[in-house]
Amino acid sequence: MIFSRFFRRRTPPTPQLESGLRRSRQGIFRQIVQLFERNQVDEELFEDLEALLIQADLGVATTEALLERLRERVRRGEVRDPVEAREALRDEMVALLESAMRNRRVKIYQRGVPFVSLVVGVNGTGKTTTIAKLARYHLDQGRSVLLVAADTFRAAAIDQLKAWGERLGVPVIAHAPGADPGAVVFDGMQAAHNRGIDVLLIDTAGRLHTKSNLMAELAKIRRVIQRHVPEAPHEVLLVIDATTGQNGLNQARVFTEAAGVTDIALTKLDGTAKGGIAFAIARELGIPIAYVGTGEKPTDFAEFDPEAYVDALFFGDEED
Amino acid sequence: MFEALTDRLTEVFQRIGRKGRLTEQDVDEALREVRRALLEADVHYTVVRDFIAAVRERAVGEEVLRSLTPAQQVIAIVHQELVRVLGTERVPLQWASQPPTVLMLVGLQGSGKTTQVAKLGYHLRKEGRRPLLVAADIYRPAAVEQLRTLGRQHDLPVYDEGTKANPVDIVKRAVKLARDQGYNPVIIDTAGRLQIDEPMMEELERIKEAVRPTEILLVADAMTGQEAVNVAREFHRRLDLTGLILTKMDGDARGGAALSIRAVVGVPIKFIGTGERVDALEPFYPDRLATRILGMGDIQSLIEKARQEISEEEGKKLQEKMLAGAFDLEDFLRQLQQVKKMGPLTQLLEMIPGMSQLLRQQQVQISDDEYKRVEAIILSMTPEERRNPDIINYSRRRRIAQGSGTTVAEVSQLLTQFKQMQRMMAELGQLAGGRGRGALRGLLGGGNPFGGLTGLDGMPSLGGLPTRPTPAPHPARHTKKKKKKRR
Repeated sequence: MIFSRFFRRRTPPTPQLESGLRRSRQGIFRQIVQLFERNQVDEELFEDLEALLIQADLGVATTEALLERLRERVRRGEVRDPVEAREALRDEMVALLESAMRNRRVKIYQRGVPFVSLVVGVNGTGKTTTIAKLARYHLDQGRSVLLVAADTFRAAAIDQLKAWGERLGVPVIAHAPGADPGAVVFDGMQAAHNRGIDVLLIDTAGRLHTKSNLMAELAKIRRVIQRHVPEAPHEVLLVIDATTGQNGLNQARVFTEAAGVTDIALTKLDGTAKGGIAFAIARELGIPIAYVGTGEKPTDFAEFDPEAYVDALFFGDEED
Repeated sequence: MFEALTDRLTEVFQRIGRKGRLTEQDVDEALREVRRALLEADVHYTVVRDFIAAVRERAVGEEVLRSLTPAQQVIAIVHQELVRVLGTERVPLQWASQPPTVLMLVGLQGSGKTTQVAKLGYHLRKEGRRPLLVAADIYRPAAVEQLRTLGRQHDLPVYDEGTKANPVDIVKRAVKLARDQGYNPVIIDTAGRLQIDEPMMEELERIKEAVRPTEILLVADAMTGQEAVNVAREFHRRLDLTGLILTKMDGDARGGAALSIRAVVGVPIKFIGTGERVDALEPFYPDRLATRILGMGDIQSLIEKARQEISEEEGKKLQEKMLAGAFDLEDFLRQLQQVKKMGPLTQLLEMIPGMSQLLRQQQVQISDDEYKRVEAIILSMTPEERRNPDIINYSRRRRIAQGSGTTVAEVSQLLTQFKQMQRMMAELGQLAGGRGRGALRGLLGGGNPFGGLTGLDGMPSLGGLPTRPTPAPHPARHTKKKKKKRR
């Protein structure tokens, strides 16, 4: 798996799976290596770079912005050959992500006050799986965790979270299907207080950002949380799936307005999708990526590292 | 952010400022904008390249029709070409000569397979079939439970063996059961998987081998980006897909992924999913998706919805009343309720070009609660008050406010605005009295449901909104429709 080398990973992937993934990865790398094998920095190179970035879902505007910066460096004489162009583009891409990382709030875990993480997103991006991974991550850091099943809408969503709770040995606060999510969150906050829990992870129902009533519900959940802990939620994670196209930008914009998104969790990076929309989100909205998900197991998860990400997805490493 | 393509093209041609024949230079400049629009709609890079080349070939040298501007002409060609790629006619589900027909749904994690299985079952039962849903996703926690729950909620039989059995065996036994007990079709929910996940793809091949499905449908999320091509190509290579279901079309994604998939694997799009509810499955119309990919809104769906709910005659009567200045609160209430029947207001508004943008930027604040409030106020009036709002004095206002859970100020505001609207309509009626009444009628539309929304509290008049003009991609068809209406 691409990320195995760059991000901490606790269980080795099965050999079968690894071979399948390597094939697709080699395809990408070969393409990129060939890209920089030519002799000079010319229009054709720029065209190929455009193709590469757009096919990674960075979007037209972000691609143009990155290439314009590269052209500027060529004009200033800093970049003379394709190898330098490659390094320059890499730097620009990392810098773009890092500038958004500067907006990250420091995560402070205090004794006695639960760290509240609200997990939101459109349907099917992997919110519940991300919660399981986050739970595992916090457990590994020695923090106690409580899960709250505020997705009372989708059939069996509560069961799905409970199943994870059982596997991870983490308690789950849940009501009956169809219950008011605000009420579940209220109980969750109270339970976290009573039990002296360190980290409270709230799973919300997937919702398209175009449904204003459902977005209003998120604002309400926020208010319920703040009644208990005024500075919470400490983290509002928008889960975005790496296959998402340009619509991801709209998602980020509207979810931020409604729920105050603080970070992005980029999931499903174990496929061939590159999650380039995260660049567009970082550029236009300045929202940082906090975590990446690279598979279905709770351990397929890591904190985000811009350099490792850019290298793994776009430039590969020399050994390959 | 995104400007409607029409606006940008109009600008391009204003710069060029010529009419007559489309020159190579005109076309190239216009196609640069088209290309951008398609890429922003998530159409795959290489698909866009081929598409643009095809359009270019058709467009250069074409005579600009007298009725159209060059911008409209280019859009018309692009639109036709899009429809051609998306598939010009609807392809219905195939049925096996020997029942049961087996439908197998495949796709990435989170594309909406389980939900679509339930929707398909519901849809086909409404057509008089006896579907059996099969839970063959034993991997995702609670996936089986999800299908069971959906089955229970909608009274659809679900076959499952929990999560311990092998999916291939589950499916085989389900088909046997269907054969024995006369269920038809069998709809299989498979586990979500990455197209490069070898063991999981092999499992699908084994399921296919075991039950020989009549249809293998790829479920793809309308929000998918460039990756759609890789996904579709690999699923098609392994399984020979027969069709596509495009989900989450109720959001504001432009759905360019559908074009990519069509261009790459060529299978027809059979359904689109438009919401989480079990009845939110619709047949696919290439025409509408083409308009949407170009970012021009979905006026046609809107018109159709309005037509379903509002009879022509009723519309005509209402219009006469409006123009005569005799439109009262009772009519207003009726109209409000009709619009409500069409579905959530926000969803309707999103179909109007440019509107979803405004909604998002909160330049237009419309919520379904607003509706309810207005409805409550009117419902708290006596029939006499509704017919003759002038009699509503302070004491009546106070009673109405109490009855509807609003304030006197809110009641007053509604009344003032209603009066303004009435006056405006009467003026329009006088204007229309002399000449061109037909033209005005066209303007208002046969029972235009939004006429009544003009001036609702807190909402700017919809008529005055800076919505972008829609071009007429099929000029001939549009005029035909209008003629019919006037008769």
